[in-house]
Amino acid sequence: MTGYQSAFAAALLDPEASPPLSLRVRDGDSMERCFAVYRNNVAVSLVDALAERFPVCQRLVGEEFFRAMARLYVAQSPPSSPLLMTYGDGLAEFIAAFPPAQSVPYLADVAYLEAALTRAYNAPDAEPLDAAAFTAIDPETLPDCRIGLHPSIEIIRSPWAIGTIWSANKDEHEPAALDPSQAEDLVVVRPSLDVELHRLSADGHAEFLIALAQGETLSVAASAASAACADFDPADAFAMLVSLKLTCDIRLPSS
Amino acid sequence: MNRNVAPGHRAERRSPGSPSGFVLTDLPAQAGVSLKPVHYDAILNEYDEAPDRIGFFEIHAENYMGAGGPPHHYLSRIRRDWALSVHGVGLSIGGEASLDTEHLDRLKVLCDRYEPHSFSEHLAWSSHGGRFLNDLLPVPYNHATLTRIVEHIDELQTHLGRRMLLENPSTYLAFDNSAIEEVDFLSEIAARSGCGLLLDVNNVFVSAANHGFDPAAYIDAFPIQHVGEIHLAGFSVDSSMGPTLLIDSHGAPVDDRVWRLFERTLARTGPVPVLIEWDNDVPTFTTLLDEAEKAGACLSDVDAEADWRACVA
Repeated sequence: MTGYQSAFAAALLDPEASPPLSLRVRDGDSMERCFAVYRNNVAVSLVDALAERFPVCQRLVGEEFFRAMARLYVAQSPPSSPLLMTYGDGLAEFIAAFPPAQSVPYLADVAYLEAALTRAYNAPDAEPLDAAAFTAIDPETLPDCRIGLHPSIEIIRSPWAIGTIWSANKDEHEPAALDPSQAEDLVVVRPSLDVELHRLSADGHAEFLIALAQGETLSVAASAASAACADFDPADAFAMLVSLKLTCDIRLPSS
Repeated sequence: MNRNVAPGHRAERRSPGSPSGFVLTDLPAQAGVSLKPVHYDAILNEYDEAPDRIGFFEIHAENYMGAGGPPHHYLSRIRRDWALSVHGVGLSIGGEASLDTEHLDRLKVLCDRYEPHSFSEHLAWSSHGGRFLNDLLPVPYNHATLTRIVEHIDELQTHLGRRMLLENPSTYLAFDNSAIEEVDFLSEIAARSGCGLLLDVNNVFVSAANHGFDPAAYIDAFPIQHVGEIHLAGFSVDSSMGPTLLIDSHGAPVDDRVWRLFERTLARTGPVPVLIEWDNDVPTFTTLLDEAEKAGACLSDVDAEADWRACVA
């Protein structure tokens, strides 16, 4: 083939670039204008995809700011895959380094949360374990078991109250006043059809879950959580695992 | 309730130049609609008991390539009761580079899972140099591009173990090095690769307006023996900076002039599966279905014994 696609693609992503040569339009029309249809389709459809995936971020900064920011992100980081459900996984990182967004210091973390929510939405399906699955295990053995967490799980720790901010802004109504500067630990999970967002209110639960996610045994995870938080209560953390439907598999210690 | 789409429902259109044993489409020769997540509940709550009102659903393949979750839950439910068309928008068949083998594998997984009644893609490119541009970009029509596209379609059809339909694009630009008319280009691709064609009547109207050719003449010259499906959609109009430019927006009702072009098409093809596409500013399901029923009425009006049978005999 002629190799025209490199020049065409480059000009699509750069509004300053001229349309490539060797194109033609009908008499009386302009090349710039017709090429701009494609350029606009690319930019608008990708900005729309981000607006759909990050609705709370858009609400927090307003449509105009969000779309201008998204357009820069699109130019800098166009998708590498035709699976647009994954597009924007890097938006949080972009926002964190984007000076005009620094007046909303929690925006990057909210973007991270919104990306996690859609990852959970599309994650593999798995049936969560109920309490009976744990009571069936020999209590002597249980501490040495490893836990298969639900494949949709995301554990997020933020110095900002991003779960509260997200909940207050996910609908159209006017959000209640809140203090954004309260740190929050969150877990995202989709035990069945609906994605759930839970705030981990008790000390050490995030450390406990992170250790389990890293493949540690229940007892090692509990020790890690206790070391981080003196008030950690293993029974409480265990109840949280079951009630939030975070587990799918119990792996017995190999003898 | 379960409704198995009976073989008697099928269009059973066969193309003379096709690989033996492959029908052009297993979709019913009825009107279908794009499947949109905002309509899942309305479809399952209101039409589960009256599935015959909807001929088939069409999905964008890439929206169902996640591992799990609600998209697959609802699509599985809907697939039980309705015929399904899988329409890819991301393979970049017109790309200069080789096809993305990971994406071919994803399409294979999707088709194996849902066993759709049709698979279609576009005469366009959308990826280049590791970037996905999310638009259906134009291709010059010459012998080099023809050869490349036929190779890509061969590769896809072999990988999926099924025949595909290739859709004519809407375009806003042409290439100096185009040497073949679009209709002839599509006809030659179908003849060489054995693929069928998806005739988007709205795209014909949009391109005709933007390039100044006669859409009726395009329809009259189209190789209808290869047509396995028709698309209808709405366009938007830009008159801001020069002569009127039509944009294929998929965000409006089908224009009256496109309906007339559709009737002209049907007079040649006879009953064919027809889809109402509506991807932006998606209306209520009732509005979408009203549009589909308009298309269905056109299908009923054409003589099922029209001369298309003579063409494929």
